[in-house]
Amino acid sequence: MEKVKKKIGSFSFWNWVTASIIFRLILIYFPKNLNLSSRPEVSTPLTSFRRLAEGYWLKQSFMSPYAGSMYHGSPLLLSLLGPLTINRIEGQPNHLLYSLVSVIADVVSAMLIRATGQNLRLAYLRSLESLDLVKQIEVSGDIAALIYLCNPFTIVACVGLSTSPIENMAVILCLYGACSRLIPLAAFGWVIATHLSLYSAILIIPVIFLLGCGPDSPPRKLFLQRHQQKEVLNQSKLPPRFSWGPVIHFAFWAFLWSVYVLVLCGISLKQFGGLWEMFKSTYGFILTVEDLSPNIGVLWYFFAEVFEFFRNFFLIVFHVNILFMILPLAIRLRHRPCYLAFVYVAICSMLKSYPSVGDSALYLGLLGWFVNELADMQFSLFLFCGYVGVSLLSPVMHNLWIWRGTGNANFYFATAMVYACLQIVLVVEGVSAMLNHDRKLRNLITGKPQDAKS
Amino acid sequence: MVLLQRPHILLLLIDTHQFLQCWIAFGSANEEGQQQEEFSEELLVKPLPDHKLLAHFHFQSSAPPSTSNGCHHHLFPKAISQLVQKFRVKEMELSFTQGRWNYESWGGFDPISSSNAKPPGVELWAVFDVPQHHIDASWKNLTHTLSGLFCASINFLESTATYSTPEWSFPPASGNVRYGTLPCEAVCTENLTPWLKLLPCRDKAAIALLLDRPSLYRGFYHSQRLHLTSTESSSEGIDSGIILEQTLTVVLQPNSERAIEVHASEKHVQPSWSLSSIFGKQVSGRCVLAKSSSVYLLLDRGLVAELKFPNKENGKSAANGLTSENFWSNPSFELSVNPDRIFLEESSSHSKSLSILYMFQVEKYSESEPFDIGLMWKVPVAWLCQQTPLHASRFFMGSGNERGAIAISLKSTQFTEGFMSANSKDGSCELRVDVFQVVPWYVKVYFHSLRVFVDQQPRAVSDFIEKIHVSPSKDKMSPGVMEVVLKLPCRVNTAALTIEFDKGFLRIDEYPPDANQGFDIPSAIISFPNFHASMVFLEDDSLNRSPLLSKFQEKCPVMSYTEVLLVPLTTPDFSMPYNVITIKCTVFALYFGSLLNVLQRRVAEEERFLKAKAAKKTGRLPLLLSKLSAKLRGRRREPLHSPPSSSSFINSKLVLKVILVAGLAVGWQYFFS
Repeated sequence: MEKVKKKIGSFSFWNWVTASIIFRLILIYFPKNLNLSSRPEVSTPLTSFRRLAEGYWLKQSFMSPYAGSMYHGSPLLLSLLGPLTINRIEGQPNHLLYSLVSVIADVVSAMLIRATGQNLRLAYLRSLESLDLVKQIEVSGDIAALIYLCNPFTIVACVGLSTSPIENMAVILCLYGACSRLIPLAAFGWVIATHLSLYSAILIIPVIFLLGCGPDSPPRKLFLQRHQQKEVLNQSKLPPRFSWGPVIHFAFWAFLWSVYVLVLCGISLKQFGGLWEMFKSTYGFILTVEDLSPNIGVLWYFFAEVFEFFRNFFLIVFHVNILFMILPLAIRLRHRPCYLAFVYVAICSMLKSYPSVGDSALYLGLLGWFVNELADMQFSLFLFCGYVGVSLLSPVMHNLWIWRGTGNANFYFATAMVYACLQIVLVVEGVSAMLNHDRKLRNLITGKPQDAKS
Repeated sequence: MVLLQRPHILLLLIDTHQFLQCWIAFGSANEEGQQQEEFSEELLVKPLPDHKLLAHFHFQSSAPPSTSNGCHHHLFPKAISQLVQKFRVKEMELSFTQGRWNYESWGGFDPISSSNAKPPGVELWAVFDVPQHHIDASWKNLTHTLSGLFCASINFLESTATYSTPEWSFPPASGNVRYGTLPCEAVCTENLTPWLKLLPCRDKAAIALLLDRPSLYRGFYHSQRLHLTSTESSSEGIDSGIILEQTLTVVLQPNSERAIEVHASEKHVQPSWSLSSIFGKQVSGRCVLAKSSSVYLLLDRGLVAELKFPNKENGKSAANGLTSENFWSNPSFELSVNPDRIFLEESSSHSKSLSILYMFQVEKYSESEPFDIGLMWKVPVAWLCQQTPLHASRFFMGSGNERGAIAISLKSTQFTEGFMSANSKDGSCELRVDVFQVVPWYVKVYFHSLRVFVDQQPRAVSDFIEKIHVSPSKDKMSPGVMEVVLKLPCRVNTAALTIEFDKGFLRIDEYPPDANQGFDIPSAIISFPNFHASMVFLEDDSLNRSPLLSKFQEKCPVMSYTEVLLVPLTTPDFSMPYNVITIKCTVFALYFGSLLNVLQRRVAEEERFLKAKAAKKTGRLPLLLSKLSAKLRGRRREPLHSPPSSSSFINSKLVLKVILVAGLAVGWQYFFS
């Protein structure tokens, strides 16, 4: 019976995957009508397809791709994806090959999410068993993968020809490698993700926890308490202590991969400005928020309005805001590194200089891993409605402001603000729900009456 | 007149008495037969086909290339010579223009239009004779100096975001060129007065007397230009001969009485005019400092062909026989003054007919007998000016404030047809067109989106673009420059270049006060390097050559400027900075505070743990401390049966209550008002 159920489940999973791929392909065949590639929600200065094409054109005409303020991505993307920006197949949509690459990246990401989710679930079941708290857990990997694949944000980012599917794939690759203890793969994913967008660098903390202590489990203290109750100290049943071996291994591989990536970049930029120019116009561009074109974040309007005198101060404040939260979160959620990674990704996509819906798609997909733990999260309906409302209202406000000229910038900024608030609520409530879940587990173990609310 | 001569006399006195050495050197220089400082003034008047009149003032001063007279000048404006010495300017051109030159009806293929038709606003380019890394500093200083000299905001050209470095498409091709334009600069008499100050007689005598401000600024187009060449500048840069050429080109509408009388019946008759009727003044006397001052009347090729002068074929003999009455007593028009000389153009390659130039010497006239030339048309004449090979225009495509495209369209004119028929013998006839386009950085051009349309068909870019040089714009740093060499077949009817762009978003303090007016994109320069606009007139004495006519003989490539485009940019809300800052910071504080709160919250178990610890120790101090800490946290010390529920829940309940009460209050208010 179980097997049959499982079969049905997996069958419908593959059905959904095919459906989402077909849906993407259908959308790819109407690129002119949708014009998604120039939507501010999809293409930021970092992920825009047109800028990629411009960078490639500049490189082809023997100029540095960073010569103007157009391209701010990696030189490796130029070499890999650049040729796809001009290749055309007769009778087919213009950028078919590039779209296909995005679709493949999406599917690969979804598969990696699924594999990681199954990994996580197995590890979690094992640790619950050791706590004698066996309960049925749903296959969260499938759910996460389906959330990632069928999320309209992912679809839009994929069809809108942005580079975020590839960035997301690098992040997921890193987490997958760390979960399945494929250290070179994890290091590769981390290096590429950091290379493509600076913010992924902070994922090194969850990756170190993942490699050091293994995937998500209830707090270690619970295991100790449990064994104290039983008066037997079975070391084998305890989760492993933090081991430095894999971390050093990871550091070695990360160093190797980053040298490799830098050498590749250096070779491709040899006749131009070199690596310094690359850092200045990729990381420097991210940190200084030079481009003030509207996006779904809040920094563009802030820096368009703020007085020049305070600009540097606020730049520091907003970027340090990301860093400030790293340590408290790492201390509190160190036993759940994957969840920590999710929270970091969500915070980055909320506070980054040029956010796009692709970033939201990533953390919403990762959220699927924790459906069981976050089952009693508050405001979930409110959040869902908020996301739907903002994603409908934001294009309308943009249209009113930019195209019709009847609205003004505040209309659009308001939706961006609401979106930021929604993400804040999601992060805060998510962290709170996870901590409450841990409390509940402790109460179950210590046998105390469970708190209804906390 | 006496008053005017005074500075001259004063200068002489100074020269002779105080700076004897200087004087001797100057004298010896004279003895060596070197050039002296010279000044000449000329006015060229030309009837235009659309019942308008072109007046082109040409003042030329030159300083000899010698160190001997040091920093003292006879006639030459000292400000200009200092400027040349200080910034090592090799060549410079500054123009102030108002109105747009109408290439279709005023022509584009003659020396006047190709070197004097300028884009609206201020255009400045300069070639420096300094090392490469000093050029930008020199340019900056030059813009500030000129801005002070001419009372204009030329200093806005100092920032690197406003000027560009053309590589090869700009005529004085060299790496040391800097080119900048201010398309929105308003030009008026405050710019003209300092310009006139550079003339030795200012506007007090001779031809400059005609520069009556109201009649000038009433015109359809006026462009005042200052062209500077310092020849044979040595490494020291001091002993350089400087030629300063000041031109003022005006297109005016003559409204003579006769035209008003007959306009109902004969609309095609060109309006008759005289200098006094169009400028309201007459030329009386001469500027004594000027070497020559003369007035020319030019009848261009089309008009001459229309008038059908006799002896057209054997023009050479006719030109020699200056007394030949045929040229000025014509059945179709009548001149009020007999010309002193008549020049006939040498045969030109592009046109069958030849233009005719009447020269009047102003020196002969005095205050009692002022010079006033008039032209009276007897029969209606219609002709066409010779146009550029391709008529260029530029426009925007697309709507909205997010993106768009710039299109430069080239249309063949009647000239191209003639040229094509002339060159149809050899099959591979090509028309070379240079396009020079500068876009400010807030128009973010995607150069990969360059498309070429020939005869309205999209064509491969590489087929028609022979050479392209691009320097992409950097935000707030440098403008985007595009230089393209197009090779078009001669039989082309239309050609178009389109390029897409995204509109940038500026900070609030980067917008001008009238932000919603839009931003100007400078004109593109379309030049045809294979065609040279020159008019060579047959002259018998090469010694006494007029600067204007020798200017006409120079082979300058045919150039035309496109329209200035106005691009509207999206504006943020200018009244919002404080609101945005406060709202944004509030949201960040909300995030930071609530997340930290969630992370450090200790519910129930921690307190129990503390209590157990305290009970175990049974010390009084720890107990007190725990009490105190519990008090400080504002919680009950003994949360035994009902531990405090989470604050977020309370909050949401509270929020609901507040909303309910507020809703009730609003309903109450609404119901009872």
